[in-house]
Amino acid sequence: MTSTPEERLDDLSSALTEVLGEFDTSLQRALGELTLTVARTDWPRVAPLLRDHDDLLMDECIDVCGVDYAGYGESEWETHVSGVGFSRAVERHASFGQRDTDRFAVVYHLLSVTRNVRLRVKVFVDETDPILDSMVDVWAGVNWFEREAFDLYGILFSGHPDLRRILTDYGFIGHPFRKDFPLTGEVEMRYDPELRRVVYEPTRIDPRVLTPKVIRHAQSEAAPLGGGAETDGDGDDV
Amino acid sequence: MSEIRNYTLNFGPQHPAAHGVLRLVLEMDGEVIERADPHVGLLHRGTEKLAESKPYNHSIGYMDRLDYVSMMCSEHGYVLAIEKLLGIEAPLRAQYIRVMFDEITRILNHLMWLGTHALDVGAMTVFLYCFREREDLMDCYEAVSGARMHATYYRPGGVYRDLPEQMPSFTSSNLKSDGKLERLNANRQGSLLDFIEDFTSRFPGYVDEYETLLTDNRIWKQRTVDIGVVTPERAKQLGFSGPMIRGSGIAWDLRKKQPYEVYNRIDFDIPVGCNGDCYDRYLVRVEEMRQSNRIIRQCVEWLRANPGPVMLEDHKITPPRRAEMKDDMESLIHHFKLFTEGYCPPAGEAYAAVEAPKGEFGCYIISDGANKPFRLKIRAPGFAHISAMNEMTKGHMLADVVAVIGTMDVVFGEIDR
Repeated sequence: MTSTPEERLDDLSSALTEVLGEFDTSLQRALGELTLTVARTDWPRVAPLLRDHDDLLMDECIDVCGVDYAGYGESEWETHVSGVGFSRAVERHASFGQRDTDRFAVVYHLLSVTRNVRLRVKVFVDETDPILDSMVDVWAGVNWFEREAFDLYGILFSGHPDLRRILTDYGFIGHPFRKDFPLTGEVEMRYDPELRRVVYEPTRIDPRVLTPKVIRHAQSEAAPLGGGAETDGDGDDV
Repeated sequence: MSEIRNYTLNFGPQHPAAHGVLRLVLEMDGEVIERADPHVGLLHRGTEKLAESKPYNHSIGYMDRLDYVSMMCSEHGYVLAIEKLLGIEAPLRAQYIRVMFDEITRILNHLMWLGTHALDVGAMTVFLYCFREREDLMDCYEAVSGARMHATYYRPGGVYRDLPEQMPSFTSSNLKSDGKLERLNANRQGSLLDFIEDFTSRFPGYVDEYETLLTDNRIWKQRTVDIGVVTPERAKQLGFSGPMIRGSGIAWDLRKKQPYEVYNRIDFDIPVGCNGDCYDRYLVRVEEMRQSNRIIRQCVEWLRANPGPVMLEDHKITPPRRAEMKDDMESLIHHFKLFTEGYCPPAGEAYAAVEAPKGEFGCYIISDGANKPFRLKIRAPGFAHISAMNEMTKGHMLADVVAVIGTMDVVFGEIDR
């Protein structure tokens, strides 16, 4: 195939709009990648089409991952940039915002070996009912990836043959990659010489933030690349 | 007559042939595997969660520790994803350096794989030979980054520094006689590029040595031919990549199919197997070492002729030079901001994949516009491969399990993340 990546993406996006017309989907294109957002109820019918339709042929599922969108786009610190002196009113957010619907997403990275093109599929699920259909019958390789998403995010995959925890410890409680799970974890373990076995205890370290999460909007500091000579006002708040 | 029942055998996590911390629960009928259930996660460190709590650049070092035998390739995937988000591209010289070190890494990885795979199957000598060559390559890592393994050399916007003009050499000690010292330092008199070129001229001969020991070896063939056969259809279904999918006869290599950096300017071939068994995958990887050698030679030649910057000059993303900081306030501010806060890529998501020695290593980053990734997902090739363990070993003998683990080239740093 001699077509450029852009041409292949053009072909794919027009084929997708044609083939998936009847389904509840939306297609975005950014940074040379296509993202298809599919409604949870339509996904079991869309997936086999993606794999088998002659214009799509997504024959390999490269990766599946869960995402927790809680707190998306929120800075940890509220900064009021002041024009005078060094004062920089900083408030730490007590907690991050909650999303009732669409808190979790499962992201599939599909690859067509035949057509040499990639597609990202995103399926949103609710916080209260994080369940969607397993794709093991469509791409056998997603088996462990779905187990991982279950383990780390608590997303359930109905029809999965063997939905056990995979990365965390035997007997682990909780879903560690959720945004409300502390980075330091909830239990620590040590060898107890008296009991002569390993015991689990609540962690003694306090969670702390070493570098606060700060969101700066790009338009305010649109320095030309490679230049760097221009000053653009962000020296003020240092 | 006593009742015949299945055995459940616990293989690992402390078994030398388990390549780290694989715990494999095998259900056996006599010596035949009925079901293999790999338990992974014993090396899970939560790299992705840690990365969510740190500015982008702080996590580069974690990438080295994922696949700890192909360090720079993992860095490469991560750095490429950040560069995609930021919309920047490294200078050409940095791209050549990256390609050269990717291929050095590929040789490093394949030597490790070959040595341990052969050792598992019973050939001791290959292991010793392979580790001899790994030393030279690790010295290249050390010369360029200061660390033999965990380099943290690739940065968004280029590589940390240019190749050294002087290859570090051995110093005298009680353990080294003058004659030995002279012999050890013979090829370290010039620059790093001279040293690498010297290595590439010697290396094809070394590969011949390994092949003499293995390729036509009757025992090696008995242990690998027709073991762990994967058809091309299954390889795609199971999400295989890298030598695992090429061993099954699918000509798929990201370096050719979706070229990144300067791979489209370089002349090399992709070896493809035809039977999809352990032996074919062995042949594919050995040929890949020869091809990597070819790529390195081309990079050395280009790098000699084309000096230039190795890092972007955009100090919002890359640190300013030390000397500039001493008398330029602007540089000092940039340095401070970069190292305390980092940079904020625009909100969006990017997936970047490289052809790591083990297969497709990809990084998926979701940014919400902050100085830390909102979500980082690391797609480790070994994870997909080892999930096919049950399918590949079913019906084989216990001893073949070791050959299959070897052929998958698993490293638990990347599988467990």
